[in-house]
Amino acid sequence: MIRALMWILAAILLGGIVHLSTVLALPQAAKQDAYSRLSPLAPVNTMVPLAAPTAASAIMPFMDPAFATAVCRYDLSSGSLKLIAPVSPAYTSVTFYTRKSVAYYAINDRAAGRRTIELDLMTPEQHAEVPEEEDVTAADRLIIESPSTMGLIMLRALAPQPGLMAAARGALAAATCGIQPVH
Amino acid sequence: MRLLFGSCFTLLVAAALGLGATWFTLTRGVAFGALTIGAWTAWPKSGSVDIDPYARAGIARSGELPTGVGDGVAFYAHTDATGNNFDGRCSFTLSGLTPAARYWTVTLYDPEGRLVANAIDRHGFTSEEIVRDSDGRFAITVAPLARPGNWLPTGGIEQFVLVWRLYDTPIGVASRTTKEGPMPAIVRNNCS
Repeated sequence: MIRALMWILAAILLGGIVHLSTVLALPQAAKQDAYSRLSPLAPVNTMVPLAAPTAASAIMPFMDPAFATAVCRYDLSSGSLKLIAPVSPAYTSVTFYTRKSVAYYAINDRAAGRRTIELDLMTPEQHAEVPEEEDVTAADRLIIESPSTMGLIMLRALAPQPGLMAAARGALAAATCGIQPVH
Repeated sequence: MRLLFGSCFTLLVAAALGLGATWFTLTRGVAFGALTIGAWTAWPKSGSVDIDPYARAGIARSGELPTGVGDGVAFYAHTDATGNNFDGRCSFTLSGLTPAARYWTVTLYDPEGRLVANAIDRHGFTSEEIVRDSDGRFAITVAPLARPGNWLPTGGIEQFVLVWRLYDTPIGVASRTTKEGPMPAIVRNNCS
């Protein structure tokens, strides 16, 4: 009797380990995550506008159809990245995701407080190499640290009414992202 | 012999339990730190580095990108206030007030997050295009057939999901109390 209980207890414990390890391993094994879906559409370190979701097709599930979107699939292995995005008339936001779709930073046009959102994206190692005096003189220079070398920057511009979608798309079309020359 | 039987039994049960629990949590969409207001639930932490492993696994599996906390917060509803499933053959009314936000959007999806085909090509409303009465109140009718006013078509699908997104909002960032509402009330009218 006690032996049977021991086996059951062992099964439950082992089952718990199987459960936790599969949950933790799933993001590594996922073949259809956002990064994999965007890879064939977005060349590395280039801002690419994305097709609006329709009933027939959407690049990702649960996209907001009121927004124009553009993506920069980045790879910081050859240097830090400069993002320049003019804000649209209504509402513009920039969200940074790791390779595994974790949103580690997001900022909107009002928080950025300018007509153009300008950001430097770098790994913690590249940030450590930025000369200190440069950091101080450019006080309003916004530096974001990416926890992963690769990831996604999603640029979203709201069209509050369908007629304003063209203006939102136009604002995104002027956005750029690219590797900065090493100095 | 007994040892062999016991270890086989243990391994089988463990695999079934572990994989079953993983499948269950992923299909049900388990995540911690839920913020529930009426029929609406949001997971603000899923839009930050504090995202829990269950939400991470769910996002990796579905392929979506969560709304970042500096951008906004997304509230999901699968049922009305009394627990009736969102059946696309029924009509529901959304009315009331929304929490403070610079903009909001409401969008209708199928359970997999796809937009639903309909005759007028409408999938949602933004805070600026909604028709309001003189007091600034609004009502949205979610129904399979055309209605006057703010009509959000369901396309007659079996089950739909509503997502209410608040942009540039303190909700989900400042505090975790449930007094952050109010969110629009959802009432089922009739089914065809």
